[in-house]
Amino acid sequence: MARVVILGGGVSGHTAATFAAKWLGSAHEVVVVTPNSKWNWIPSNIWVGVGEMSKEEVTFDLAPVYAKAGITYKQAKAVSLNPEGSESSDKPFVTVEFTQEGREGESEDIEYDYVVNATGPKLNFGATPGLDAGHTVSVCTADHAVHASSEFKKSIERMKSGERQKFLIGTGHGMCTCQGAAFEYIFNIEHELTKAGVRDLADIKWISNESFLGDFGMGGLHMKVGGYTVSSKIFTESLFTERDVSWIIGAHVSKVEAGRIEYELLDGSTGEEEFDFSMLIPPFAGVGLKAYAKDGSDITSTVFAPNGFMKVDANYGAGSYENWKASDWPATYQNPTYDNMFACGIAFAPPHGISKPMSSPNGTPINPTPPRTGMPSGIIGKAVAHSICDKILKGENAPLREASMADMGAACVASAGKGIFDGTAAAMTVYPVVPDFEKYPGTGRDTDYTFGEVGLAGHWIKHILHHMFIYKAKLKPGWTLIPE
Amino acid sequence: MKKEESNIKAYEQNYTTMVPGAFAKKMRTCVIWQFFRFIVLNIKMLIVVSKSH
Repeated sequence: MARVVILGGGVSGHTAATFAAKWLGSAHEVVVVTPNSKWNWIPSNIWVGVGEMSKEEVTFDLAPVYAKAGITYKQAKAVSLNPEGSESSDKPFVTVEFTQEGREGESEDIEYDYVVNATGPKLNFGATPGLDAGHTVSVCTADHAVHASSEFKKSIERMKSGERQKFLIGTGHGMCTCQGAAFEYIFNIEHELTKAGVRDLADIKWISNESFLGDFGMGGLHMKVGGYTVSSKIFTESLFTERDVSWIIGAHVSKVEAGRIEYELLDGSTGEEEFDFSMLIPPFAGVGLKAYAKDGSDITSTVFAPNGFMKVDANYGAGSYENWKASDWPATYQNPTYDNMFACGIAFAPPHGISKPMSSPNGTPINPTPPRTGMPSGIIGKAVAHSICDKILKGENAPLREASMADMGAACVASAGKGIFDGTAAAMTVYPVVPDFEKYPGTGRDTDYTFGEVGLAGHWIKHILHHMFIYKAKLKPGWTLIPE
Repeated sequence: MKKEESNIKAYEQNYTTMVPGAFAKKMRTCVIWQFFRFIVLNIKMLIVVSKSH
């Protein structure tokens, strides 16, 4: 009997675990190690953050779902990997520390035949001085979003009593990703303020590390509209103007204090901005897993990139932007040193960014890091599970499944306000996620399959996706028919 | 003054972009039109999803 250990129960890890359990059946064991007791449909956190959904609507308990699927569930966090085993055993193992109530602090070594690192990111609030001090809010977790909602409501109350409020939403560091979540949040804020009848008392400002509006960490995208091929910059600036939201771009937030931030821009100039309410996304880092060789020596730098994400079959030596190629991106997500080790979702180390790297004259890097969330994250998790199941069921020489972000597209729906008749969202597809300038000279993408539009239909789709993906994650009848 | 153009400020950051007119904005939340767009968007998304699996 083989044992597959999956570290992380987010979109990618949950997808990998549930498909592995389905394909392997009861003859083999699938173990999920995740510090959380609940699964969270993160894209809907923005609605929790404005009070339009409750935490309960975007989360559910993992234990009964894993019990139903025959998955061994350990509510714990992975601490280290020993891919060569120990001096007393050749069997590789992962050391975990329990977070489950009543077992806090207990640790266990779990032996594995295959391990999948799907730990997601560490929310690195500490990278920006003051970002972890509670002056700003976040929507990265359901609990963060609940807190954001309560602070937002306080702002609305102040406005109802005639007080003017300044909202500052965006990224809290020069190397952030997830601009899309901040984009959704700022327009949901604007929508809710309009609904509350206090929009005229609000100054809303965007701040991000993008070099142009609409970069979204993937170098922007081009769409065919009215016979033209148009940059996402035009559409994003249009939406910001229409909703009267001003912006600061190319910004590295260098310090956060109560009601005030300091930032540095790509041209080297510095500035400061005051706020009454601010949601700033933190940068991501690896969760800090360590790796040890058989003799106990530290091999973390062999297994993980300096940012803490796991090395996979990517080309990490591509060098400058001019040398980047679509083929730099990983396809199998197998660790190059240990072939029974894989990484998926945010946990794999990308070869480089998608957006062009930039820095200020002072040397401060200011550019979005590449997104690895949502649909690509699910597809990669499923491909990794497929590869491992093939190896277990068909033999070690079974070919690995491939799911390169340079060969896959993504559908993305970015909410711009919730409401069954007055809601809107930007519905977008992009193909491929990572631009391939050799295959698609100019824009890097196939503009027959890259499009976007704002409207109520997009909101309906986002709302349906919310229910559909929670249904799928709960493994209800027909769950495998719903695509990632 | 056309309301939809009132947010544009001369020679400020949003002076060079485009803004939707009243008709384009109305169509965004017109239920009949959006039902049609819902079908179109779903088909387009399913094509991209099928190309990616």
